[in-house]
Amino acid sequence: MSAALPPIRSVESRRLAGVASERPWVRWLLTGAALAFVAAFLLVPLALVFFEAFAKGPAAYLAAIADDEAFSAIRLTLLIAVIVVPLNFTFGVAAAWLLARYDFFGKSLLLALIDLPFSVSPVISGLIFVLLFGAQGWFGPFLSDHGISIIFAVPGIVLATTFVTFPLVAREVLAVMQAQGGAEEEAAFMLGASGWQILWHVTLPKIRWGVLYGVILCNARAMGEFGAVSVVSGHVRGQTNTMPLEVEILYNEYRFVGAFAVASLLTLLAVATLVLKKVVERAVGRQRREAPIAGDRIAFALPAEEAGGGQ
Amino acid sequence: MRTRGVLPGFGLTMGYTSFYLGVLVLIPLSALFFKAGSMGPAEFWRVVTHPRTFAAYRLTFGASALAACINAVMGFLLAWVLVRYRFFGKSIVDAIVDLPFALPTAVAGIAMTTAYAETGWLGAPLAKLGVKVAFAPLGIVVVLTFVGLPFVVRTVQPVLEELDPDLEEAAAVLGATRWQAFRHVVLPALVPPLLTGFTLAFARAVGEYGSVVFISGNMPMKTEIAPLLIVTKLEQYDYAGATAIAVMLLATSFAILLAINALGRWSRRSHA
Repeated sequence: MSAALPPIRSVESRRLAGVASERPWVRWLLTGAALAFVAAFLLVPLALVFFEAFAKGPAAYLAAIADDEAFSAIRLTLLIAVIVVPLNFTFGVAAAWLLARYDFFGKSLLLALIDLPFSVSPVISGLIFVLLFGAQGWFGPFLSDHGISIIFAVPGIVLATTFVTFPLVAREVLAVMQAQGGAEEEAAFMLGASGWQILWHVTLPKIRWGVLYGVILCNARAMGEFGAVSVVSGHVRGQTNTMPLEVEILYNEYRFVGAFAVASLLTLLAVATLVLKKVVERAVGRQRREAPIAGDRIAFALPAEEAGGGQ
Repeated sequence: MRTRGVLPGFGLTMGYTSFYLGVLVLIPLSALFFKAGSMGPAEFWRVVTHPRTFAAYRLTFGASALAACINAVMGFLLAWVLVRYRFFGKSIVDAIVDLPFALPTAVAGIAMTTAYAETGWLGAPLAKLGVKVAFAPLGIVVVLTFVGLPFVVRTVQPVLEELDPDLEEAAAVLGATRWQAFRHVVLPALVPPLLTGFTLAFARAVGEYGSVVFISGNMPMKTEIAPLLIVTKLEQYDYAGATAIAVMLLATSFAILLAINALGRWSRRSHA
């Protein structure tokens, strides 16, 4: 195919052909290969979830979602997210405030600890809480004496999910706070604002767009966590089964419409998360364009004022 | 540049962060190592060198490395196409790259299994070619490629965007072929993010459980991964065995990650 194109020799003709790019057939080939990869690994599973969920028609789909067990799984999953996401958001803001605003001994160790759950298998994340709170665990006898159940109950699911998802928010909040700098916070402090006032009126409005994706992603992961939750939940149907666990059970019982119907709800959540990411990126990009980079301190002062003025 | 102790709240945020990390990360993880330590070295060694455990480790690390390699190549290509070319549907492709971050692994598992089973959309044509994906080691590589897909794209993409095409133009003007310009101008700048992306994809794949259990078929010695073996031991109430396998899995993956990081630092120094 390359023989069909005239050989380019002189500097001028190279420039005309766009020297910093490839020949058209190469571009087509590379784009085609990349898109085929995306289709085989991302589009097919995405489309297949909905195809299988509606394989027996909309009525079967609705019946599968309205099923008692599916419904209680949905309720439990929402409950977990409602507990875990605010917990992790509060931690994310506190940790980011600490790491972005102060220098202290052991800072990199703290950062490494925050990243740690990323490299721990979800199964191990569940296992560590079983070792602590399970019947044979450190606190097992104490808990059973007092009639408290953590493992094979909701608190265990909350703990495991929190462990798996907290770095997502903390990392995002930290990145945003580091990029924006602390000039406005200092100014507010000089003007006599207290720490809580700075947090509430300066920092939170300033970071709200930047951290939104982190919070949304944490939410999606909290609702979809499988490995860690499956270790601590005990799989009690109608009680400690979250949506992903319900998907597994239905699938293993060959109730494919039911499995894919519950899966389709989680898939919609994932798609909504991706759409929201794009929306947030646009909003942040617009903020940056409206605030031309003049110096790292001034650059982000404008969006902060704009955010403050909009309230 | 940053304020040091001017703003209030150091004590409070330090206390809260340490407490949260202590309760959630340090104490639980130390429980893992205490449990392993209480086993005694002989028993620990017996569990982690059992042929079934050994086969699981080999499969886990082998399939993860293979999937991370596929992601390094295809993720690089995808980042290149997204940054340098224009085509219809580009912003949708860019958005959908993050799907594996947001889609629950169990959903990915059942969807990939159905797609790559012998009667599935992609499995049927592959079966005609004599390639068995689902319920075979290849299926594990396929789902691990899925879960690690965004990492390489998202680490390479921003660096590629920052890379000035003028450099390549200069190389071309000085007589370099397109391939030479790519090999000697573009590629060296992209080695660090590629390595980072590879490492993240590998680390994610080693621990992956949710999607693999559906597609692998879970046959001991053949398609049983290490995280599944941990779950199996737990279901038999063999907490010590599960812990030993977990400690070994963690230690090995940390050693590999440290080695890759050292390699990255070494390559950066030798290029600088």
